[in-house]
Amino acid sequence: MRGLALSAAAGEVVALVGPSGCGKTTALGIVAGLDRAFDGMVEIGPRPDGGAAKLGYVFQEPRLLPWRSVRQNLALALPRPLRRGPAVGAMLDALELTAFADRFPTQLSLGMARRVALARAFVVEPDLLLMDEPFVSLDEPTALRLRTLLTQLLDRRPATVLLVTHNLREALALADRLLLLAPSPGRVVAEVPVTVPRAARDDGTVEALRRDLLSRPEPAFRLLA
Amino acid sequence: MRRALIPALMPLASILLLLALWQGATLTIGGRLLPGPLVVAQALLREAESGALFHHMGVTLLRVLAAFALAMSIGVGLGLPMGRSPFVDRLFGPWLVFFLNLPALVVIVLAYVWFGLTEAAAIGAVAVNKIPNTVVLVRAGARAIDEGLVDMARVYRLSPADRLRHVLLPQLTPTIAAAARSGLALIWKIVLVVELLGRSDGVGFQINLLFQTFDVAGILAYTIAFVAVVQLLEYGVLQPVERHCQRWRRMPAEA
Repeated sequence: MRGLALSAAAGEVVALVGPSGCGKTTALGIVAGLDRAFDGMVEIGPRPDGGAAKLGYVFQEPRLLPWRSVRQNLALALPRPLRRGPAVGAMLDALELTAFADRFPTQLSLGMARRVALARAFVVEPDLLLMDEPFVSLDEPTALRLRTLLTQLLDRRPATVLLVTHNLREALALADRLLLLAPSPGRVVAEVPVTVPRAARDDGTVEALRRDLLSRPEPAFRLLA
Repeated sequence: MRRALIPALMPLASILLLLALWQGATLTIGGRLLPGPLVVAQALLREAESGALFHHMGVTLLRVLAAFALAMSIGVGLGLPMGRSPFVDRLFGPWLVFFLNLPALVVIVLAYVWFGLTEAAAIGAVAVNKIPNTVVLVRAGARAIDEGLVDMARVYRLSPADRLRHVLLPQLTPTIAAAARSGLALIWKIVLVVELLGRSDGVGFQINLLFQTFDVAGILAYTIAFVAVVQLLEYGVLQPVERHCQRWRRMPAEA
């Protein structure tokens, strides 16, 4: 990666779209503070109440603790005093996970495990939410269901989102703005705002937006095909 | 029916075979050098009735447990950072090689010389004999820890105590269980040696007395009793604890 510059307004959903190898995951790792071997700067603004911004991260694999129940996996993301509070139960309810609360992650399908990972990211009430291919390798109905749940969660509690994906439809369905990345060195080659409100984007709208992008003549868009 | 019965009866048959061989050896060698199973059982009963058996076994057991707890906690406390950090590994690696090759007897004698014939010296000496072995096992386990889960714990700001309890130690359970098993067996053998050299009670002390009066039946009685107790610890405590820690592995997968 070289000269990668991006910014997101509070509450904005920004999708990083590009082929593998253009440093999307690395970029998220840098923003999250997991990767410190880089030259540059990451600035995360404070919360409206002045506190430090809270971070949620949905990794490419669910990364649940296999030896802790679904409920414990959510609770452990919270500070100790909040673990026994109502937040965990409410989030399990919201994602229809209550029946699975006492299961271990080894008992869950990949779709359910990803749903738990999503619940964990939202239970901390994140100000900045990083998502790395959160719906990859799921069948289309399951991915669609999770996408809808994510939209509902964001409507109820907005967060600034950096969404990494190579799925253009997913990006167009969720994001306020798309950043198209190109590899070696990883950099932003185009920026596409999506002006249709998220609630109004049905399959037809998303498909139309996608066709429009693919038909653009600039070289940056040829990477999408 | 037969298929189920034969494996269940095999351990019993195995013990009976051993007793028969023992009795046969007694008849060949003579009862003075090798008392038969019945004579040993009588000696066991005699020691139990006088209360000596329970007193000495209890004392030895407490020493075993103290040394075990000390060796396991220090072993994990050193092995985990050595497995996680190349710097710590390079710092303590040479020490580890030194202590791994230190004979148990040298540690025991030096501990008694430096710290006197005390309980602390005895237990400490036993622990020092087991620690390097635990460190080696735990270090290997710690090198295989899933970095993805460690990153997850960092992102969600788990406290160091929570990371240890919920992220690191569960991954080390199989390693720690292996160290605990081999540790228990090793520690009780070394405890008998420290008792023989510098304590005035315990199974090791008692065996020394019986050796001086050439009471082979008594020696065998204490040995069998203690082997039974250690097996009871293994099946009654170590294995159930390990099963509890690993229960998530056995849960049936969702259809």
